[in-house]
Amino acid sequence: MREIDVGKISDAVRNLAIEVNIHLSEGFVERLQKALAQEKSELGRELLQRVIDNARAAREKMLPACQDTGTAVVFAEIGQDVHLTGGNLIGAINDGVARGWRDGLLRASIVGDPITRMNTGDNTPAVVHTFIVPGEKLRISFMAKGSGCENMSRLKMLKPSDGEEGILKFIEETVVEAGGRPCPPVTLGVGIGGDFEQCALLAKKALFRDPIGAPHPLKHIAQLEEKILERVNATGIGPLGMGGTVTALAVHVETAPVHISSLPVAVNIDCHAHRHGSLSL
Amino acid sequence: MTVRTTHLTTPLKDADLKNLKIGDKVLLSGEIYAARDAAHKRLVKLFREGAALPFDPKGAVIYYTGPTPAREGQIIGSCGPTTSSRMDAYMDDILSAGVKATIGKGGRSAEVREIQRKYGAVYFSAVGGTGAILSENVTKVELVAWEDLGTEALRRLTVKDFPVIVANDLAGNDIFLEARTRWARKI
Repeated sequence: MREIDVGKISDAVRNLAIEVNIHLSEGFVERLQKALAQEKSELGRELLQRVIDNARAAREKMLPACQDTGTAVVFAEIGQDVHLTGGNLIGAINDGVARGWRDGLLRASIVGDPITRMNTGDNTPAVVHTFIVPGEKLRISFMAKGSGCENMSRLKMLKPSDGEEGILKFIEETVVEAGGRPCPPVTLGVGIGGDFEQCALLAKKALFRDPIGAPHPLKHIAQLEEKILERVNATGIGPLGMGGTVTALAVHVETAPVHISSLPVAVNIDCHAHRHGSLSL
Repeated sequence: MTVRTTHLTTPLKDADLKNLKIGDKVLLSGEIYAARDAAHKRLVKLFREGAALPFDPKGAVIYYTGPTPAREGQIIGSCGPTTSSRMDAYMDDILSAGVKATIGKGGRSAEVREIQRKYGAVYFSAVGGTGAILSENVTKVELVAWEDLGTEALRRLTVKDFPVIVANDLAGNDIFLEARTRWARKI
């Protein structure tokens, strides 16, 4: 049994919130540079260059790369031999979000009620998913999830007979319907299998994969990721939807066992400001 | 394709817009109004009640943005465009009040393109997700109304050479539709 003070979790969330919003990771900026080299449209290249320049400007000015500093999404993997002390976990995470948003001058973008829509003022509450895992470590993964791209995400309960082609078609349709609105080039988190809510959660989990573009360990899933990427990049949507050959930077698929009658597919879209980070305690 | 660059100053006049074509770059200077979902709801309510708007809409430009708080010594925080299609429902009222251009990101509905044609208005796209670098083109920020809306308050931004791309022109062309016609491949 290992004791961890929740204050450490709060600090981790605060620091990650500021870090990911202001500093797009080096690995991600390298992926954008690669996209710049791959893009065939002249306007598309110019837009990608602007995106890369913006990442540098954000660092220099200590400003968020995008004004939509997102919903705070936290995945907490908690070892079952960990004993949390000093307060409650969810409270600590939200305290970290509030401090991160205040200290980092991030934008308060959460309303407390979807109908009456009053801003909570500090971007709380976070969307928190907890997972109990073996061991005595605790891992916090944080994502600043922009809403322009979240709004374009979709889930569909396909039929098993729809098969791989059905999956490809649904994802392509989702990306085409989204067009320039989710700020392409996007990263696609795809969940396949599970039930309705597990499928959506798999899609979100897929967006956390690091480094971006790393293939799935299962060969047939890695091949599917390549096929989806090729299909999406043939849509012509291009950078910011203004045409070109790079619509997505990467496709990450996560799968789960599924009922004999079902084939759920979820597509969680992230924008070209792909902001996440993690830390182990 | 040569990209043309036009300098425009607000308020916009009909003559400023008639030669613009989709894909053209425009560098905007003057005053523009930052308003997004919540401010639009209030603006359109006032307009429908026949009440005065908090700014003169004649020839005005509305920018769909909700900036981050400014750091000490800076004029504004990160201030890139938000998705325009969420404001599609307000466009008939906004343009009939006299607004001549809106700035956002992503495509708009066919209905909005028709409304824009009817009122002689254009739609500009700023580069989504580049709010840090766009802050360099903002020289002044004033609160106009509705401070309670926080980032969604109505603000007057003074801009200098603020870079946008013509996304819908007066002829009803759409850069996003044209993009797919030009670049989509069969595989």
